[in-house]
Amino acid sequence: MSAEVNNTVSFYKTEKGIGSWLYTTDHKRIAIMYLAAIILFFLVGMTLGLLMRLEVAFSGKTIFDAQTYNSVFTLHGVIMVFLVIIPGIPAVFGNFFLPIQIGADDVSFPRINMLSFYLYVLGGLIAIYSIVIGMLNGGVGIIDTGWTFYVPYSLTTTTSVDLPLFAAFLLGFSSILTGMNFVSTIHRMRAPGMDMFKMPLFCWGLYSTAWIQVLATPIIGITIVLVLLERFIHIGIFDPNLGGDPVLFQHMFWIYSHPAVYIMVIPAMGLVSDILATFARRQIFGYKIMAISSMAIALVGYFVYAHHMFTSGMNDTAKVIFSFFTFMVAVPTGVKIFNWVATMYKGSMDMKSPLLFVFAFIFIFSIGGLTGLFLGALQTDIHLHDTYFVVAHFHYVMFGGGIFIFFAGLHYWFPKMFGKMYNEGVAKLVVLLLFVGFNTLYFPMFIMGYNGMPRRYYESLPEYLPLHKLSTLGALILVSGVLIMVTNLIYALYKGKKAEDNPWNSLTLEWTHTQTPPTIYNFNEAPSVTAGPYDYPDFSEEGGH
Amino acid sequence: MSNSIDLHEHSAHSHGGAHHHRDDLGAKIGMWLFLFTEVILFGGLFLLYFSYRVKYSHDFHLAAKELNVVVGTLNTGILLTSSLTMALSILALTKRQKTLSLVFLGATIACAFGFLYNKYFEWGAKIHHGIYPGSEKLAEREHGEVVFFGLYYSMTGLHTFHVIVGIIFLTFFGIQIIRDKIRFDYYSKLENVGLYWHLVDLIWIFLFPLFYLLH
Repeated sequence: MSAEVNNTVSFYKTEKGIGSWLYTTDHKRIAIMYLAAIILFFLVGMTLGLLMRLEVAFSGKTIFDAQTYNSVFTLHGVIMVFLVIIPGIPAVFGNFFLPIQIGADDVSFPRINMLSFYLYVLGGLIAIYSIVIGMLNGGVGIIDTGWTFYVPYSLTTTTSVDLPLFAAFLLGFSSILTGMNFVSTIHRMRAPGMDMFKMPLFCWGLYSTAWIQVLATPIIGITIVLVLLERFIHIGIFDPNLGGDPVLFQHMFWIYSHPAVYIMVIPAMGLVSDILATFARRQIFGYKIMAISSMAIALVGYFVYAHHMFTSGMNDTAKVIFSFFTFMVAVPTGVKIFNWVATMYKGSMDMKSPLLFVFAFIFIFSIGGLTGLFLGALQTDIHLHDTYFVVAHFHYVMFGGGIFIFFAGLHYWFPKMFGKMYNEGVAKLVVLLLFVGFNTLYFPMFIMGYNGMPRRYYESLPEYLPLHKLSTLGALILVSGVLIMVTNLIYALYKGKKAEDNPWNSLTLEWTHTQTPPTIYNFNEAPSVTAGPYDYPDFSEEGGH
Repeated sequence: MSNSIDLHEHSAHSHGGAHHHRDDLGAKIGMWLFLFTEVILFGGLFLLYFSYRVKYSHDFHLAAKELNVVVGTLNTGILLTSSLTMALSILALTKRQKTLSLVFLGATIACAFGFLYNKYFEWGAKIHHGIYPGSEKLAEREHGEVVFFGLYYSMTGLHTFHVIVGIIFLTFFGIQIIRDKIRFDYYSKLENVGLYWHLVDLIWIFLFPLFYLLH
């Protein structure tokens, strides 16, 4: 234990060696390790997705057989949902920037933060282990239930279900601990003068998300435990042969997994506000309502889950209520979209790549949100349920919402996190490729789904093949965009120009009050906050009309 | 890295002891958040219980008659008493009566073991009669009874697991009291494990009538 820790050099240089990373409780180092792991898992998930697209673009066996296809879409879903998007923004950018944005030197419980990271790693390793075991058995052993683990199939399949389920349980635990940490951090660690309503909206996004993580995740925990018990000792709770009700499993699953959708997207929405304010150089339009709408989405998000089950057999009154609340969620979401647009009005726009990501997000997410209403309506859902329309919809919100903004955050905060600048021209090209690739990939799925193409099918009728091919072309464009992005950023790590402390002239604390990269305790002394996070000088007054 | 920084203690950073400060209220907030997750965890099971109770009310009625009300009542008394001794242990420590605090803590742990002892014989008798998940005897019965005992074993089993975890933490913190790591002026860990223990008690207060008394 060193008595004096150097708080003038970057946190990378305070301590050296592999041990200084493995045993660290520093929120910034934990965030960097999460980032490495999540990008790795994203690339694996993306590869699986690309293989699926190549398989379905041609009739008959192209790359693998139908059984392997089932395993591949399951793994794609499990990896992307549990290992990439749910931890994504909170675990990486939340860990790194939440304490800094509120003027603290770490989270409330640094050691629990470390525990949370190691539970994530353990969950990831167990998931990988189950795949390796499955492959050694000739590919027939890999989990093939879909990421939703629906009973009774998950009780009877001979593939390796137990290990991925246990991995999901651990990842849930990790998520809960992160949520606990963030709620306490926001309540107890704010710097002097940093009122709740002076926090950047990214912190509000994390705060709303953290409550969902704490209050929803235990449900999936107990559900997973019960499925495992069912598989091992046959308790009869979900097994219809013993009197259990499989539809109750679906209820339990979606009680968590619908709010989980908001875990994926609310922090992204907060980050969008930060980026927009920075590059439009404007106060966020309706700051308070933006903060409150995040909480409102989190709250209403609990009362919509059964819209995943309109065709599973449910009381009609309940269906109407769940459909009504589903439409209600669109209200705070719409408030956000309109306020973002209003923020840009008469702004002094600086068209940097993070902002372009945000433009792509607003366009894509609006389509994702509106098509959600088609699915939330009782009548149209009967037609569209379990078709490619659903696949397109949730990729528009989860990929277009969660991942696009994850990338936006990566470009926005890259200079602060690593002290280097990436090539801006290449970054802009990446946004273009991702945007074009994304829409080419997923928009045809809306059309296919509307025409009746069911999801998760290995084969399709000839009339769908042209659209499948178009979609696969989009996947290739998208993947090339991602690969160029990763190359651009890795190149910047080694050869990039040194970043200034505040390259975007932003007003939030991570830019104004810390070095690049930050020092070990972030600040020399807790900053005293007097102004709001977005108090940019008002151009519209002096500029005239 | 500093060993003096505990899980529940707030620390600004743990790289050396430069200026880490403790935050008892922060620790308590963390504990309450954890307890919320516990409530939701068991909440899922209660939800299932009520769904199946409505669906199989007659079978539940029959199956519940087979549980031993005397043992259940005894265990309820034991857990309630242990909650009292837990609270007294914290109170004694704040009044600087370390020995008395340890005595009450010991009594709490003894009660927890008493609870486990009863549970062991109660489950043992059931299993001896062939009533356990997956048994052939149980499979011959009505679906509702199978589900009842599935829920009985899952819910009381998960609760018992929490009792065992509680014993581990109570023992661990008892040792810390002996070593003066938990003291009259720094007892938030003991207070937080107390909160946990009361929750374990509270969950049993709901399990007991639902399984043993509602015929």
